[in-house]
Order: sequence, then structure tokens, then C-alpha cells
Amino acid sequence: MTNNSIQVKGLQKSYKQHQVLKGVDFEVEQGSIFALLGSNGAGKTTAVKILTTLLKPDSGSVTVNGFDVATRPDHVRQAISLTGQFAAVDEILTGRENLVMIAKLRHLKNPRQVADDMLKRFGLTDAADRRASTYSGGMRRRLDIALSIVGKPQIIFLDEPTTGLDPEARIEVWKIVKELADGGTTIFLTTQYLEEAEQLADRIAILHEGRIIANGTLQELKKLFPQAKKEYVEKQSTLEEIFLAIIGNKEAV
Amino acid sequence: METVKNHFFSDMGVMLGRSMRHVFRSMDTIVTVCVTPIAMMLLFVYVFGGAIQTGMDNYVNYLLPGILLIAIASGVAYTSYRLFLDKQRGIIERFHSMPIARSSVLWGHVLTSLVSNALSLVVIILVALLMGFRSSAGLLPWLAVVGILALFTLALTWVAAIAGLSAKTVEGASAFSYPLIFLPFISSAFVPTDSMPTVVRVFAENQPVTSIVEAIRALLADQPVGNEIWTALAWCVGIMLVAYIFAIRAYKRGV
Repeated sequence: MTNNSIQVKGLQKSYKQHQVLKGVDFEVEQGSIFALLGSNGAGKTTAVKILTTLLKPDSGSVTVNGFDVATRPDHVRQAISLTGQFAAVDEILTGRENLVMIAKLRHLKNPRQVADDMLKRFGLTDAADRRASTYSGGMRRRLDIALSIVGKPQIIFLDEPTTGLDPEARIEVWKIVKELADGGTTIFLTTQYLEEAEQLADRIAILHEGRIIANGTLQELKKLFPQAKKEYVEKQSTLEEIFLAIIGNKEAV
Repeated sequence: METVKNHFFSDMGVMLGRSMRHVFRSMDTIVTVCVTPIAMMLLFVYVFGGAIQTGMDNYVNYLLPGILLIAIASGVAYTSYRLFLDKQRGIIERFHSMPIARSSVLWGHVLTSLVSNALSLVVIILVALLMGFRSSAGLLPWLAVVGILALFTLALTWVAAIAGLSAKTVEGASAFSYPLIFLPFISSAFVPTDSMPTVVRVFAENQPVTSIVEAIRALLADQPVGNEIWTALAWCVGIMLVAYIFAIRAYKRGV
């Protein structure tokens, strides 16, 4: 048994004529934060949907927590949770009711207690009995992530968790993600914000036009970017420059 | 190898509880569903009714079955609406990435539709009683009426599910119900079909609403139902099966 939570080999997926994933390979180590970086339409969400058993791959093998997503989706679902691009909370229910509902669906022993603990942990106790429709974007996202970690899944998928959040709420989400990873949870994150990947991820993979064109730690990715030889001012390249440079190189080939 | 336990009934219970909360927190859905049929009932009984010859001395008794079907046809539009929102807001995806019985999501909505439509029908029947509706039927015919109405609700709910799951806009999700609401007008629900021109009459006499309305009317009047009830049941079950197949297909494709 390897200590990889996620293993993807030769993953392909098309929608009708349009090939979204053209052979994607990567691995995610248990307990790490992995960021899948790419522009809009690069296929990030498609990859997440396949990894979370919502879509079936056309070909290639995808293993999550040791189980094949195509043949053993039920076992995969036991180990994962998904926080989608849009905060999928029930707006008509209160924050507490949302949490109790998910705790019941996960067949936990004491749903009300679980809900209370989560509300406290995510600073939502005061808003617990208000309908989620009255929450701010940041609160909604916090509730959304709280819903995802009810029942302590080993692997959490966050699809663009900070899109549409203000900077303060974004930093709050980053803090939560770091805490989760410190607690041993594997985090799979997609983002189009380069700073987010830089802040959070142990490993970063760049998905571009259906392929992973770079994969490594931030340090490794920085090495890929050829530094200008004769320079008087030492200039550290930002991830943004690396990203744009790599994409540019690929397109030139 | 351990197998994953299936909790279909407890999961569906949670789903039912969830969408019943939706219904009770927006009581306007029940009120809206009741208002139009009741208004129509008032209009037909107190304005047009005097001029309509039905062969029954009490026009409310004649009219009520059709009114109930109109209420169901407009009531199921909310099921479609709720399903559409769940799909659009990613809530179905959240449920589907969890270790739950997948079909419980859909069945929760279907049961909610049965319960909330039943509530609307009770309100409408109470109003009809105030307007002079009387039934000489005993327990068994009433149970048969409840059964037919439940089957009709189920059939239309699955039609609503197709619309809710495949619609691209909120308007699209509920638009399907307009023709369904209109259907009782071209049937024997309001007036006997005898006076209609041939083409219209042939349509009216052979569309599902007429047989369902006449079966319910006969049951409530404690009259022999004859073959109408079998035609009515065949329509309900037929529509339900076909709609179910397409709804499940839309469900699997959409998520």
C-alpha cells in the first residue's frame, strides 16, 4: 500500500467532440495539500468531478483512498467530501439544520452535538438559527466547508474555495485549510489564484489544455523558470510569472 | 471485502424532512396552489354554473374533480422548481459525493410532492364543502378517490422531475405545467362533452383528464364507475412509468 491518497494515470474525458482531459497523471500524498492550478476552462472542475465520483472517466485509472472511482464509487464516497465551486448550502434551512442534516446523512451517532461543535469551531454559533440565505459570502463558505468536514472524511476536495470571496474571508478559508491539513486530512484544491496555491500547497500541478504541464513543489517549479543570467538585481520570480512562462512555452512548441 | 451499507429509508427520511421544511417555510407555495383552483371554482359555480347543464343538480359536485386535477397540475410545478434549484446550486452534487443512497435525493422530492399536494387538496375540498359540495360515498369509494389522486400526483410529479432536471432556467422548469393546467378545460371537467364540435369532442373524450374526472365523479356520487376507472388507472400508471424512465435518465445524465 502506497501512502498516496489519490493516484491518477492517463485520465481522459471528453464531452461529445470536445476533449477536456487529454491524459492527466498525478499523485497526491496522504496528508498533503495539493493544488491544481489552471485558467478557466482548463478542466479543473471536470477533474474534480471525476475524482469525487460525479463523472465517469472515459479512460485511464483513478484511485482515491485505494479504491477505483469507476468500479468502487461507494467506497470512495466513504472517504471523501466535496466543496463545490458555489457554496452548496441549503438556504432555506438554518446553519444548524444544514449541519444536522449532513450529520444524519453520514449516519453519525449524535447529529445535534456534531452540529454544535462545528458551529463553535467555525464561529457560526451566533448565526446558528438564522437561515443560511441571510449569511454573508464568507459565512456561507465557512458553513459550506463545515458541512464538508462533518464525519471527518480523510480527503477533502475544494473546487475554487475562495472564488468570489473578499480578501478577509479568503484568508480565513486559507487558515481553515491549513488547520485541516495539520490534522492529517488530505486536501485537493483547485484554484485560479496563483497566490492561493503559493500560500497553501505542498505540491502544485498546472493543468493547461487538458494536460498537466508542470508538477512539483513551489521550489521545483521555480527552478523550471530560467533565470536571466546577467542580472544586477536579484529578482525572485513569482508563481504567476512561472505559470505564464510555462504556458507560453507550451503554446510556442 | 466490506460492503457499503445502504440506508435508503433513513436517507430518504432526511431528504423528506428537508424539503417539507422548504414547503412549510414558504407557505405561499401551498396558498398559491390553492388560490387559483378555488377562484376558478367560485367563478364557475356562481357565475357560469347556472347556465351549464350537466345532468347533475349540484354543479359543485360536478366541478370538484376537475378542480382537484388543476390544483395538482399547478402544485407539481413547485417540485420541478425545487429540483431545479437543488441541481443549480450544487446541492445534488454535494449529496451525490456523499455515501448515501443516491435515489433517496429524488424520492425525497417525490414524497414531498405527494404530501404538499395532499395538503392543498384538503384545503380545496374544505372550501368546496362550504360551497355546498356533498358526497354520499362511503369509505371505500373515498379511498379509491384518494388512490387515483395519489397516482395522478405521482404521474405528474415524475413529469415535473423531467422538467426540473433538464431545464436551463427557472422559468423553463415550471413552464411544462401550463398545458397540464389547461388540459381539464378540454375535457368533461367543466361541461359535458356532448355540446363540443366533433374534433374537440373526440380529443376531450380520449384524453386522460376526462376518464380520471369521470371516475372520481362517479365514485364521489356513489355511482357505478364502469370502465372509466380502469381507463383512468391505465392513464395514470402509463404516464407515471414513461415519465419515471425519462426522469431517471435525466437524473443520471444531469449529475
